[in-house]
Amino acid sequence: MLLTLSGLTKRYPTGDLALKGVNLEVPKGQVMALIGPSGAGKSTLIRCVNRLVEPTSGSVVLDGTEITGLGAAALRRARRRMGMIFQEYALVERLTVMENVLSGRLGYVGFWSSWFRRFPRRDVEEAFRLLHRVGLDHMVDKRADALSGGQRQRVGIVRALMQDPQLLLVDEPTASLDPKTSRQIMRLILELCEERGLAAIINIHDVALAQQFARRIVGLRAGEIVFDGPATELTPEVLTTIYGEEDWSQTIRAVEEDEEEAVPA
Amino acid sequence: MPVSRTADDLPEWRRRTTAGDFAVWGAWLAGLALTVACFEFISGRTIWAFVWDAPTQGADLVQRMFPPAWTYADVLWKPMWDTINIATLGTLLAIAIGFPMAFLAAHNTTPSVLFVRPVMLFLIVSSRSINSLIWALILVIVFGPGMLAGILAIGLRSVGFIAKLTYEAIEEIDRTQVEAVTATGASNPQVLAWAIVPQIMPAFAGISVFRWDINIREATVLGLVGAGGIGMQLQASINTLAWPQVTMIFILILGTVVVSEWVSARVRHAVI
Amino acid sequence: MSATAFDAAAAARAWRPPPLIASPLLRYAIYGGALLYALLAVGTLEVNWARAAEGLERGARFIAGFFPPDFVTKRHDIMEGLMESLTMTVVSTVIGVALSIPVAVGAARNLAPLPIYLFCRAIIAISRTFQEIIIAIVFVAMVGFGPLAGMLTLSFATIGFMAKLIAEDIEDIAEEQAEAVRATGASWFQLLAWGILPQVKPRLIGLSAYRLDINFRESAVLGLVGAGGIGDTLNTAFDRYEFDTAAAILIVIIAIVLAAEYSSSWIRRKVQ
Repeated sequence: MLLTLSGLTKRYPTGDLALKGVNLEVPKGQVMALIGPSGAGKSTLIRCVNRLVEPTSGSVVLDGTEITGLGAAALRRARRRMGMIFQEYALVERLTVMENVLSGRLGYVGFWSSWFRRFPRRDVEEAFRLLHRVGLDHMVDKRADALSGGQRQRVGIVRALMQDPQLLLVDEPTASLDPKTSRQIMRLILELCEERGLAAIINIHDVALAQQFARRIVGLRAGEIVFDGPATELTPEVLTTIYGEEDWSQTIRAVEEDEEEAVPA
Repeated sequence: MPVSRTADDLPEWRRRTTAGDFAVWGAWLAGLALTVACFEFISGRTIWAFVWDAPTQGADLVQRMFPPAWTYADVLWKPMWDTINIATLGTLLAIAIGFPMAFLAAHNTTPSVLFVRPVMLFLIVSSRSINSLIWALILVIVFGPGMLAGILAIGLRSVGFIAKLTYEAIEEIDRTQVEAVTATGASNPQVLAWAIVPQIMPAFAGISVFRWDINIREATVLGLVGAGGIGMQLQASINTLAWPQVTMIFILILGTVVVSEWVSARVRHAVI
Repeated sequence: MSATAFDAAAAARAWRPPPLIASPLLRYAIYGGALLYALLAVGTLEVNWARAAEGLERGARFIAGFFPPDFVTKRHDIMEGLMESLTMTVVSTVIGVALSIPVAVGAARNLAPLPIYLFCRAIIAISRTFQEIIIAIVFVAMVGFGPLAGMLTLSFATIGFMAKLIAEDIEDIAEEQAEAVRATGASWFQLLAWGILPQVKPRLIGLSAYRLDINFRESAVLGLVGAGGIGDTLNTAFDRYEFDTAAAILIVIIAIVLAAEYSSSWIRRKVQ
């Protein structure tokens, strides 16, 4: 197992119980979609994995390392192995594309080298290779806030890959994108995971997209896992347990019918 | 409940209820009464004979102020240059101290909310509540008259200004960018340098230039208490009642302030 | 999208970290200018270092003289100065704000015809150019020593400050709302009351509270040129080497500024 969560619980200082003893295992190279209504704890869950949010109790084990309880320096080394991709891209807007991409290497270089932007030559080469791979090598010196949403998310993906991670934590990658770009981004993430043998946890709102791209789907409701199985088993009944009562036939049929066209929102 | 019923049971709309009306009028009346009482106090300490004489005095003053002593300008270039230096070096000093202070004071970057932050906030408030002229008054006693006291006075007053506005900017940054850089495994100093500094840089540059512009103005009067710059000449001219020289100094100050305001507006426009 | 045709190694060799200022000519001009200025400024700095070094020791004695602060011996003078400062602050803020509103309307390009616009902008420029102290000198020369001169000074400074910011706010209003009011056939004054005032009112109140705060701070220094207020008391204390009383006065000023700042930020939060 690459990642093992056991009894993961998070209670916020306000008293809200966001995660109630979640157990989850992700093998190497598996792409998993995490679905569930807003407020179910999806974001909290992936942030507990790299401890951007400190779990209240339970354990997170990444490739044999217990993440909870690591000291500051060891935690930074652990974070290098987990790339994160954000909903609003979270690029540092006033830095250039290249600087944003190189920021993925911050965990590997010292403070002053990073301050003077002196990165090892092979890091810069890798950055160019990845930017070329996602079709952005002509935009290296553009400032991040000059890019379109799809381009920004690609930069965000490249930044995460620069860390040379084993696991990608992906938080709503398509929520701010139009349907066509959403699919392109999802496809890109999937391809890159396959090329590099990466595991990924993808938080996603859009059930149809999740079904189309991920083989394994985990449903989270009110901080508890209520479904864990292959995408094909995602029936209207299952969706009702995750999200509550609604007419789900349209959502499911949309995926069965088209594989290439944009899903109507 | 502004809608009520009249005697004929017709709906009637008014802006406020009767009680609301009374409250608003009462507040205005109280404010007016306070102002009048305050004015009475001031008026008790005023020799009104002098005030009624003011138009004559004013006309007389204007007459004595013109024409300006144009040739006096030759003596003024050096003090004016000193004034600009006091403002600029004082601002640089304030930037050097205020920038790190802002990070220690901001809620999201301070090393300790319980201890460091309150100390910084206290220092910031002390610096801001004491006018640079009072700082100069104190520093002239300590370091003797001259530019050094002026530079330090400007610096000490500006530290609070720069630190306050900068820490407010730090507290308003976009958190997700910080989160993203933290997630790469960056150390705390790296998160500061890569995620926070780029976000506040435009605001910080604007604040610094704005303060420099204010400081040029402030530096023109520091000489009144002996802290260097053109204010020393102003003080001397006023003491000897050399009003044409005073006019010349005013003209020079006006010119410098207009130029500095233009520079500051241009720079702020460029960085935002 | 095959990586074979793309030479990442060559691209990496060619890549340079982006400089702060894009144009090389401008970059070197700014660096050169900054260096030249630094040399000139430091070169013409007249500092009596021997006296300054002595100052540290004097400073220590001076600070020692501050403790313990003496509120009692001169409590009558302190109260008197404080009352002058507070009354001055209240009256000048009320008068200044009241007068600044018509000036602000006149200085808003979207409301006023060009001649009125230029006239009002000129008033703002004059009021903002000169430091309060300089204006106070002129008023003291006209109406004599005492708080009235201070009150007039602060009112004058308030007009420039408020009118400029309010005029900018009026120019930034949502034009559609004003247009909608105009479309109902409203007169010019009705347009002001229904289309403009509701939009600028929160900022008007917020700025007035902020200016009240500034006016108090300024009132603490006007005494240095004889325009009344707590600054007068402070100056006297320094002149007589009564440093313990001076310390007490400084503490009172900081306390009041702190209180004023908290209440003005509270008011601003309320009206937003």
